[in-house]
Amino acid sequence: MTWQGWEQVALVLLAAVLAAIPLGRLMLPMARGDGGALAALERPLFAACGIDPAQAQSWRGYALAMLAFNAGGFLLLYALLRLQGMLPLNPQGFDGLPPALAFNTAVSFVTNTNWQAYSGEAAMSHLSQMAGLAVQNFLSAATGIALAFAVMRAFAGGGLRRLGNFWVDVTRATLWLLLPLSILLGLGFVALGIPQTLAGSVELTTLEGARQTIPLGPAAFQVAIKHLGTNGGGFFGANSAHPLEGPNALATGLQIWAQIVIPFALCLTFGHLAGAPRQGRVLLGVMLGFLLAGTAVVYAVEAGGNPLHLAAGLDPALGNMEGKELRFGLPLTALFTATTTGASCGAVNAMLDSLMPLGGMVPLFLIQLGEVLPGGVGSGLYGMLLFALLAVFVAGLMVGRTPEYLGKKVQAREVKLAMLAVLVLPLAILGFTAVSLVLPAATASIQDAGPHGLTEMLYAFSSAAGNNGSAFGGLTADTPWLDVTLGIAMLAGRFAYVVPVMAIAGSLAAKPRLAEGPGTLPTGGLLFGGLLAGVILILGGLQFLPALALGPLAEHFSLLAGKTF
Amino acid sequence: MTAIIRPALSLLAGFTLLLGVAVPLAFTGVAQLLMPGAANGSLVLREGRPVGSALVGQAFTGQEWFQPRPSATLADGEAAAYNAMAGAASNLGPSSAALLQAIEGRVAGLGGGPVPADAATASASGLDPHVSPENAARQVARIAAARGLPAPRVAALVAEMTEGRELGIFGAPRVNVLALNLRLAALR
Repeated sequence: MTWQGWEQVALVLLAAVLAAIPLGRLMLPMARGDGGALAALERPLFAACGIDPAQAQSWRGYALAMLAFNAGGFLLLYALLRLQGMLPLNPQGFDGLPPALAFNTAVSFVTNTNWQAYSGEAAMSHLSQMAGLAVQNFLSAATGIALAFAVMRAFAGGGLRRLGNFWVDVTRATLWLLLPLSILLGLGFVALGIPQTLAGSVELTTLEGARQTIPLGPAAFQVAIKHLGTNGGGFFGANSAHPLEGPNALATGLQIWAQIVIPFALCLTFGHLAGAPRQGRVLLGVMLGFLLAGTAVVYAVEAGGNPLHLAAGLDPALGNMEGKELRFGLPLTALFTATTTGASCGAVNAMLDSLMPLGGMVPLFLIQLGEVLPGGVGSGLYGMLLFALLAVFVAGLMVGRTPEYLGKKVQAREVKLAMLAVLVLPLAILGFTAVSLVLPAATASIQDAGPHGLTEMLYAFSSAAGNNGSAFGGLTADTPWLDVTLGIAMLAGRFAYVVPVMAIAGSLAAKPRLAEGPGTLPTGGLLFGGLLAGVILILGGLQFLPALALGPLAEHFSLLAGKTF
Repeated sequence: MTAIIRPALSLLAGFTLLLGVAVPLAFTGVAQLLMPGAANGSLVLREGRPVGSALVGQAFTGQEWFQPRPSATLADGEAAAYNAMAGAASNLGPSSAALLQAIEGRVAGLGGGPVPADAATASASGLDPHVSPENAARQVARIAAARGLPAPRVAALVAEMTEGRELGIFGAPRVNVLALNLRLAALR
């Protein structure tokens, strides 16, 4: 590690925090449910769609609308993927996707996971990328933001029966936030070298007289929303490591910035809406702390190189370069890896499967902690608030008082629902991994022998249930078993998680906001930040420790002993 | 029920047309108008014909060329380095015996260690267009001999083509292999 390297990390994180401050304020009217000057523009659209923006929904109505919107999105995307062979904008002449892969891919993009069991340049028509995948990149992100707005209102208001209008929130998050930011960012990406054309590919003859075909397509715009919406599904199979998707260190830095800026800003929006900006800053601080720690581990471990490879004759200066691109450098590779998994984005600029055992454990663990550091757009914030409720509950148990958060009494119903949501992740991850490790049809997908093979399977279900989408790429993911079970894990991680969250929101919204008393635990400072971090580690992480011991930790020690598999 | 179905379907249809068709097409038009080079893959022309993309690595196998990093890309299941239509990594884990064996083989092929790490490891995309300055420097003597050029001239070319960090801050020092070989071809 060098100071020069840490300077790169610090500058990118600083740029994200500095941009999040005004963005957090800009989103405040939207979070309030106030259309402002743009309301006049929305009116004809809402009228045409049969939406009454003044009509707010109960938590059930809000959740039902969200589910219907996502179910419709799934069906549309599934049909598009199955039929792409007969549809236009298919210059490479790709066939429709087979049913299991189309199911997996449609679920993946609707749940904001963007797990990819296909490779874009070898399977997807331009129409599928543009009108299918990229549209769900926007809408799944907007769904997350809308849900976060609803949950914020429940905390900020008192005696509320209704949480707002899902259709209005999702429309505003798309039109006034994600779309303009994507256009600006997309133009920046074109300038840095990401293609944007309707041509399929270009053939050329190299200096040595060999033929090379360069894949092209409308990539830049889709890559912009892929990061801003923490989707992560690459236009090309190699994702942001592909030289046409991550052409240089500036592009990779901008992608890191884009995948954390909205989750950061939403923390601040929450603080403003609750009338207590410190509360939002504490959440952001905890996220930053975990991201820095994760980056430091990946950076240090990868810079140290692989002892087996050094002994075989590699110069240690560059560190472990297997599966890494030279142009990004290790610091931005480490920061990308930590932010993409902390933020539920899932894009990669290096292949996680070839990281050192402990380097690969960081992205895995950041996902398993519940995708709240900072988590996906919207989903990260409501996940973090869930942990905040559990943190005040744990503190309340210690002193024997009814816990409060932002003046809302946290009672049995909320804590039960919060635990229900938090348990979805270990159930889906450990359950499916355990079954897959004893089924021959599933273990045939594993590439690496020994503990690393176990990590490949564990990572796949962690990524799916956490709605992350990154992969230990050695695993052959496009098999009927994995397509279907990973699809189910993605659905559980998104919807089985968010329905209890909405029920908590409904229950909290109805409660009055009490004034702070002398016995209230202050939740706007360092003490609570530490408590929250501890609860995330213990409640979010501890149940995965045995699995991690069998995977990356076992591999780490056997590698130190010089053992290969 | 219609209170939910109608908004869901009409918003989906509207957003698909807007975000999936109208905006990307308009965006493509603007990108093609303002930045045609970058929007079309940053192709490098030589005598009017494209010989590669400035961003995408390509295979050089002859002794008289600077050679890129190893590449794990495949074509029809067979090893085919720098197949740009199927960018891929080895995805082999750090304790993989196959990876260790591959690295030992590459180190031996380069005349023994220590060799710069990028010269014996495959990149994430299999299409890395760069090598480290140390990797390029190590190839100077071979190329000078193969081309009958004085080694200092080739070394000076490597130094000239070495790019520093972007904005002086981000990324890593590197040499673009295609750009370097184009200049090499022009040396006499």
